[in-house]
Amino acid sequence: MTDILNIDHLSVTPNNAPSRYLVKDVSFKLSAGKTTCIVGESGSGKSLTALSVMGLLSNQLQAQGSIQFQGQEITKLSSKALQSIRGAKIGMIFQEPMTSLNPVLTVGYQIGESLTAHLGLKGIALKDKIAALLTQVGIPPERANSYPDELSGGQRQRVMIAMSIACEPLLLIADEPTTALDVTVQAQILKLLDELKTRMNMAMLFITHDFGVVADIADDVIVMFRGEIVETGSRQDVLNNPKHPYTKALLACVPDVEGKKELKPIDYAWLNENPLNENPLNENQPNEKVVS
Amino acid sequence: MSQEKSNEIILAANHLVKTYTQAAGRFGLGSNQIKALDDVSITLKEGSTLAVVGESGSGKSTLARCLLQLHPFDSGEVLFEGVDLAKLDKNALRVKRQHLQMVFQDPFASLNPRMKVGEIVGEGLLIHGLGSAAEQKDKTLQMLVKVGLQADDAQKYPHQFSGGQRQRIGIARALVLQPKVVVCDEPVSALDVSVQAQILLLLKQLQAEMNLSYIFISHDLRVVRHIADEIVVMNAGKIVESGSIEAVYSAPQQPYTQQLLSSIPGRKAA
Repeated sequence: MTDILNIDHLSVTPNNAPSRYLVKDVSFKLSAGKTTCIVGESGSGKSLTALSVMGLLSNQLQAQGSIQFQGQEITKLSSKALQSIRGAKIGMIFQEPMTSLNPVLTVGYQIGESLTAHLGLKGIALKDKIAALLTQVGIPPERANSYPDELSGGQRQRVMIAMSIACEPLLLIADEPTTALDVTVQAQILKLLDELKTRMNMAMLFITHDFGVVADIADDVIVMFRGEIVETGSRQDVLNNPKHPYTKALLACVPDVEGKKELKPIDYAWLNENPLNENPLNENQPNEKVVS
Repeated sequence: MSQEKSNEIILAANHLVKTYTQAAGRFGLGSNQIKALDDVSITLKEGSTLAVVGESGSGKSTLARCLLQLHPFDSGEVLFEGVDLAKLDKNALRVKRQHLQMVFQDPFASLNPRMKVGEIVGEGLLIHGLGSAAEQKDKTLQMLVKVGLQADDAQKYPHQFSGGQRQRIGIARALVLQPKVVVCDEPVSALDVSVQAQILLLLKQLQAEMNLSYIFISHDLRVVRHIADEIVVMNAGKIVESGSIEAVYSAPQQPYTQQLLSSIPGRKAA
């Protein structure tokens, strides 16, 4: 199994407050054909981690540490060099498809943009490829001439997926791609993403706050809390046998559909008194601090 | 949920119909008639929670608004303690509204950013003229403490609070009037799962203390399982299935309910 992405001691801090860590000392690897879920509450740093990989951090923030994509260090790349990777070898899907799509261009045109930019496709070849992509994500190819407002939320997210896989990326980053969708549509989109991942042997980095989604789609799970990774492991290990007190507490908040579980809110006072680094973690947790 | 509940029906809706006219076509030149509520009937028993679940566009929020007479509807009736609310004049309705309150989804959008929390929570008492100024202040502070905030918080503005705390303010605002029925429209959807658990427990605790009856609008079937006694499932403006939580979750009769339940993420064991 080859590593597609290797993040080593990644930290993100605001430019004007370099000692305030929004993401702190995060390290993990992604390999082909595997889905890794980053799960955490708002402000845990899960989206910032994904944005760092794509080189899309706000210029108010700075990232330290190493991000290697296929063995190549991408944190030092020029924005032009990064552009040739982003959208081609790394695909992205965001939460709200309507804000990510341009309302005045047809969806076919928007899918075609990256094909022209990265692969130089034109004319009939371009049209055929767009039709093939739409079919692949379960949309009739004639919808290429539709505008985003003529599609439902689920269809828009399918269009976003078609755009993100257009250039057959090695890595697909999905940031809460189903959070804005109805539950039945969510189930369809999760199934589609899982099928595409397997068929194209992509590595998928899937950001979510929903443990139900984690249970459906993840191979591996990373739990983040206040910018740090508190636990990593296989889906089975993290969901059924969590080791870190925060993971246990977070799982205890999740309502189950059987209604048998007693909901228990997280005791933040306890967590504050018991700093994370003094708790026994599993061996994947990097212990040394960033020296940079 | 196991405690004794009276079978007294406190709120009932009979055969509600509500039609919207929607602009259609590229420049909105055509129009479509959308039936947001198509012959919807529900009953809410005193002290219990009725969940209304459905996907976007199913009509669940329209139902909430029609129940509180915030939206006019085409036909049907809403009975609160046996009184047809639509037949009341403005003043009589206002008096009844004290007992019919609402908790909204987005606690930031529903709180006036220029008002102090004490003013927001106490405004209902002022409008309904309940008690002297000193009594109103006391009630407001007591309510803040009851929902897990502090009396000092009355002097702060909404932006000084987290999402979960803002939802507590929204709950205090609704409950300070000692209502009988509270319509909660997706009250925990915008919250992190840990905060969601806190708010759900708070709503349950207050229900027991104040003998509240809840209409709980939600798209999240996992949340509903933990708070509701009875459930109605809506799709395209119609009620497709209704019954006790146990019955509907353990043996859903309608294909749509079955599809909803099987779509809940995390159902296949990890």
